[in-house]
Amino acid sequence: MNFKESKPIYLQIADRICDEILQGRYAENGRIPSVREYAATVEVNANTAMRSYDFLQSRGVIRIQRGIGYFVEPAAADRIRSFRREAFMNEELYDFFRQARSIGLTADELAALYRQYCDEQNKLSQP
Amino acid sequence: MMTIDHLSFGYSKRKKRIFDDFSLNLQEGNVYGLLGKNGAGKSTLLYLMTGLLTPAAGEVRLNGVDVRRRLPETLSDFYLIPEEFDLPNYSLEKYVRLYAPFYPKFDHENLRNNLQMFGLAEDLKLGELSMGQKKKVLFCFALATRTSWLILDEPTNGMDIPGKSQFRKLLIREMDEKRGIVISTHQVKDVEQLLDHIVIIEKGKALVDASSADICRKLYFTPSANEEEARLAYFAQPSPHGYSAMLPNPDGRDSEMDIELLFNGALAHPETLGQLLNPQK
Repeated sequence: MNFKESKPIYLQIADRICDEILQGRYAENGRIPSVREYAATVEVNANTAMRSYDFLQSRGVIRIQRGIGYFVEPAAADRIRSFRREAFMNEELYDFFRQARSIGLTADELAALYRQYCDEQNKLSQP
Repeated sequence: MMTIDHLSFGYSKRKKRIFDDFSLNLQEGNVYGLLGKNGAGKSTLLYLMTGLLTPAAGEVRLNGVDVRRRLPETLSDFYLIPEEFDLPNYSLEKYVRLYAPFYPKFDHENLRNNLQMFGLAEDLKLGELSMGQKKKVLFCFALATRTSWLILDEPTNGMDIPGKSQFRKLLIREMDEKRGIVISTHQVKDVEQLLDHIVIIEKGKALVDASSADICRKLYFTPSANEEEARLAYFAQPSPHGYSAMLPNPDGRDSEMDIELLFNGALAHPETLGQLLNPQK
């Protein structure tokens, strides 16, 4: 696994697990690999993977059943989408706006471009 | 627990001592990264830890017993893989038959699984192997001894690219709370994500002796600092994104430790980093 440079690895791993849940690799109420197994897969220390699991547990994405293992929470996919949306609105969108403004892109121009993009994507997704 | 207690050592009386009043505690359940420049004494320290060399003063204790006494209970509870070694010119099967009995907890099934992980056959002729293959075989054997301590000197040197990845996976899988691992290496990228604790030795002392978590609490690492941040940093070096920098971390921001930067920074500013990371010394 190649790690992005700036984000702490435990969060990158948490992101990876979230992606897998959204892709349906682990079903709701389904079991996910043990911490050690997951750590070996992505080749990080088990303590780092443990941090990722703790983080996902605190966000209500997975839960532990003592002595059995970790399971995906029933509402996990919705929760993941909702805090990804939140992170996007608070961080990435802000950076994006800052850049758009610095190169002199107006709000109207930006809106037109986004509208155009959405139209194209909608056309592509229609049969 | 392994205790290095006020250790002093030099290879001859005329030469300068490599270690002078060197102390370190190592706890099971951790993977230790032992770093230092060429000639800093990393391999020497490993030989002192395993009773192969006699200190001029002080001692190394494994669970309270001086390792230099070389008691069976001590020798059967750690396994050292040196950086370079020869294996005898006979089969792995014979090797196991001769050497496994020295390790009461030896796990034959584990050895089979470990060999499989590297894609190695069980009926190997040890004399026909390359250095990288020998390292893989001995690492498989070392894990199967189930000793409390594994001491690895440059374990990934000579291993091929898939071998390094298999080495990491195997180490993670076989690591547990009852086992301690010491890895001495210059190849920090090979083991960066495995280390719980960093020890940097320099001029006969532990310049840094801190857990990875503690280092990340006290320092903020970024690969893309600007000029101004680079000026505020404990240490910075030019990178494709501006500067790789190691900054103070007053807000406790999370970042990913860059061991090369830590190493270069600690050697460039030993006083500042030493005080920040080992305030008790």
